[in-house]
Amino acid sequence: MPSLLEARRVTKIFGGGLLRRRGTVALDDLSLAVHDDRPSITAIAGESGSGKTTLARLLLGIIHPTSGTILYRGRNLHGMARAEWPTFRRDVQAILQDPFEAFNPFYRVDHVLTTAVAKFRLAASVAEGHALIEHALRQVGLRPEETLGRYPHQLSGGQRQRVMVARAMLIRPRVIIADEPVSMVDASLRATILESLLALNRALGSSIVYITHDLTTAYQVSDRILVLYAGSVAESGDADAVIKRPQHPYTQLLVESIPLARSGSRWGQSSARTAARDAPGDTAGGCKFADRCPHVMAVCRRTPPPLFHTEERRAVACYLYQDAPTAGSS
Amino acid sequence: MTGPVLSVEALRVAYHTPAGAVRAVDGVSFSLREGERFGLAGESGSGKSTTALALMRLIKAPGRIEGGRVLLGDTDLLALTDREMRRVRFAQISLVPQGAMNSLNPVLRIRDQLADTIAAHDTRVSGGDLDTRIGGLLEAVGLDRDVMWMHPHELSGGMKQRVCIAMAISLRPKVIVADEPTSALDVVVQRQVIETLGAAQRRLGASIILVGHDVGLMARFVDRIGVMYAGRLVEVGPVGDVIADPLHPYTQLLIASVPDLESKGVFKGISGLTPSLLSPPPGCPFHPRCPKVFERCPVDEPALREVKPGRWVSCHLY
Amino acid sequence: MALASLGRNPALAVGLALLGLIIVVAIAGPVLLNQGHARVGAFPPGLRPSGGHLFGTDTQGRDIFAVVTLATPETLKVGLIAGSVGLSIGTLLGLVSGYFGGAIDTVIRTAADVMTTIPGIAVLVLVATFIQKMTVELMALIIASLAWIYPTRAIRAQTLSLRERAYVQIAKLNGVGGLELVVREILPNLLPYLAASFVAAVSNALIATIGLEALGLGPQNSFTLGMMIYWGQFYGAILRGMWWWWGPPIALILIIFVSLLLTSAGLDQVVNTRIRRAA
Repeated sequence: MPSLLEARRVTKIFGGGLLRRRGTVALDDLSLAVHDDRPSITAIAGESGSGKTTLARLLLGIIHPTSGTILYRGRNLHGMARAEWPTFRRDVQAILQDPFEAFNPFYRVDHVLTTAVAKFRLAASVAEGHALIEHALRQVGLRPEETLGRYPHQLSGGQRQRVMVARAMLIRPRVIIADEPVSMVDASLRATILESLLALNRALGSSIVYITHDLTTAYQVSDRILVLYAGSVAESGDADAVIKRPQHPYTQLLVESIPLARSGSRWGQSSARTAARDAPGDTAGGCKFADRCPHVMAVCRRTPPPLFHTEERRAVACYLYQDAPTAGSS
Repeated sequence: MTGPVLSVEALRVAYHTPAGAVRAVDGVSFSLREGERFGLAGESGSGKSTTALALMRLIKAPGRIEGGRVLLGDTDLLALTDREMRRVRFAQISLVPQGAMNSLNPVLRIRDQLADTIAAHDTRVSGGDLDTRIGGLLEAVGLDRDVMWMHPHELSGGMKQRVCIAMAISLRPKVIVADEPTSALDVVVQRQVIETLGAAQRRLGASIILVGHDVGLMARFVDRIGVMYAGRLVEVGPVGDVIADPLHPYTQLLIASVPDLESKGVFKGISGLTPSLLSPPPGCPFHPRCPKVFERCPVDEPALREVKPGRWVSCHLY
Repeated sequence: MALASLGRNPALAVGLALLGLIIVVAIAGPVLLNQGHARVGAFPPGLRPSGGHLFGTDTQGRDIFAVVTLATPETLKVGLIAGSVGLSIGTLLGLVSGYFGGAIDTVIRTAADVMTTIPGIAVLVLVATFIQKMTVELMALIIASLAWIYPTRAIRAQTLSLRERAYVQIAKLNGVGGLELVVREILPNLLPYLAASFVAAVSNALIATIGLEALGLGPQNSFTLGMMIYWGQFYGAILRGMWWWWGPPIALILIIFVSLLLTSAGLDQVVNTRIRRAA
């Protein structure tokens, strides 16, 4: 059975053209599939510049890939007729990062909810629509009488983001792309929002693609984690395995850099590490992490490593594991 | 020096908006010893950034410092004239502001920006001496000397932030205030920058106030932590103790809500909303959300008291 | 709340007050006036200002106060019609061009760019010369034909920026598209900017029309402030030192422009405050 939503060998390059021969490669030959049979939560973890937001926008159909295809139920998304897009929108929804910008300041917060009800014909009457909205708000822990009728600037960031989750709940999509849904929300409020995401998954059966730079919440929320580095998948696998036993040197570096409250050693005791590089360099050809990798070998600089299947349901793009069989796609 | 290097007493800052006075900092007191790292932790609206700016006397209208004392050694910074404060700023107490890397002048070379800071305070240094000194500063923060000839856009986020740290230590201050110095940076770069900050501080023998919301980061870096809520300090103590055994109900909920890599799928948030600073709740500002609230809480404002050696809490439970 | 914000915006307050006054006078004046006073030969010609004739009379015996009272609304009419038409066309073109991009954007943008290079006054003079019987309405239309150019570019620029906002993406995710999105999501956020642009458009239209009229290309059979200046110059009022003829229309033009300028500056402040608050 075809996947519900898939990025197949997708590359996205920004810029470039007549005056600048090389643009910025945001995504490099990346493949990712979201299936319909078992609703899952997949985390796409990456630092800024890893391409995770570009991937989100591609999956949502907001931008076109430079090469490769985005497939919706096995069909090329951008080849579909205009009339078929409403079905796509019904199935694939998003929660964006900035809870303030997501609301049109001209309207009250009801607007995003009532528009969804109207456009997707979720209710037969105005009263029914109103009931649906109130129910969705209560499900995310908001009180309708304190939320509806207010303007966005009158609500806190956490409340606004919860309204956005409520909007997704109303539509009941098959897939929700959540792009950094809690990074602009206070720590104490994150829990509620992440909980409602989990509820969406368990109660409504929606799959969630959780995009974040925060490995800790990625671990807490998701079943599987894909680690992105400079536009390619560095490592993918079950969340537990990737976090507890990271295999790619970049993942290892990430995990050991996370400041945990209750464990780990003190920082700032040793002298400053000279930053040889702290961002992906202009590596023409080889593994993009080569410049920063403590285990770099000659082969790393020649060709980018393919994904090796090191364990069941685990893939790592690193020549350290070149004895393992290569994977077709992640 | 046996006394504290910095002593803040009953600091109050308010923003005067058309709707009324917003009490951003409402009676904050704490002290900082020589060489100590103090973390000022809180969520948005807690008043931590305003406190940092107030220490530097960088509060602009409609904000105003309404009261209190900030004693650097024996001098009350709030009593100085603007001119005197300008000499103290950066020379004795310096700031790495939020989003500092975006405030670097894009048309000036790094060397010129650092030179500006130094020259403003010490006009005797010139030319070649200046270059040597700037080169030394950059190396102290783990950057190549050659960086001084570059422009900000040629540097990565982490490198720019290190330049800002270099600027903050250029005049060998006694206190460095760092306001969310790593908020826009990746986890890996964050660690490098924080370690740089720590190393620079130890070499100078200075004290640091780290303002932020990342409790995990505080745990790795600071010695003592002060938790702010609604413009007040609700708990102060050694960071390890406060995290392992938080006393104030807000601190307890805050620590519990910090995710770790042990428990999957368990989320503990704090219900309710942050209080309005325009008209804060009567009595203890946390009482509407407190799971241990009782009759005294909405009536009396609790004071910050030392309930155990080195542990200060502002709560009626104690 | 609105009044309080006016208090913080003295430019807008004074500008609107002045404009209001002018509009009231423009509407009420002709009604209260005895129109006969403005006819040829109503009074002895060339009288200096006095109690009976506040602005004296012109060389054909018209009471100048009466003429000015009749001329002001006509001038304002041209400004308003030309400004509104120009802005409406400009808004439509700018929105479509900015939001949809592609071929239609290229066409509209190139057209606007090309027309910016054409000297407007020269075109207007040429067109006006060919019209036999010029009326106030025709005047307005001629000026409107060039008044859309600047608004198109300005609105296009604003639309380009608004198009990238997150709430536009959310609307798209909600299934809103095309023209509906432009009208429901983007246009409301343009309103403060449109208000400021309207004032600017009216100002520019007035400059153009008064300029044309002063050259004698205006409506021959209606009173307008620009034509008063023209007739004054035509009949040698300047040489004869009849300052009471060309003085009042110029003074009134000045007052109108000052009020428009103040209102525009005040609106600029409103637009910027909103932008700052939304940021």
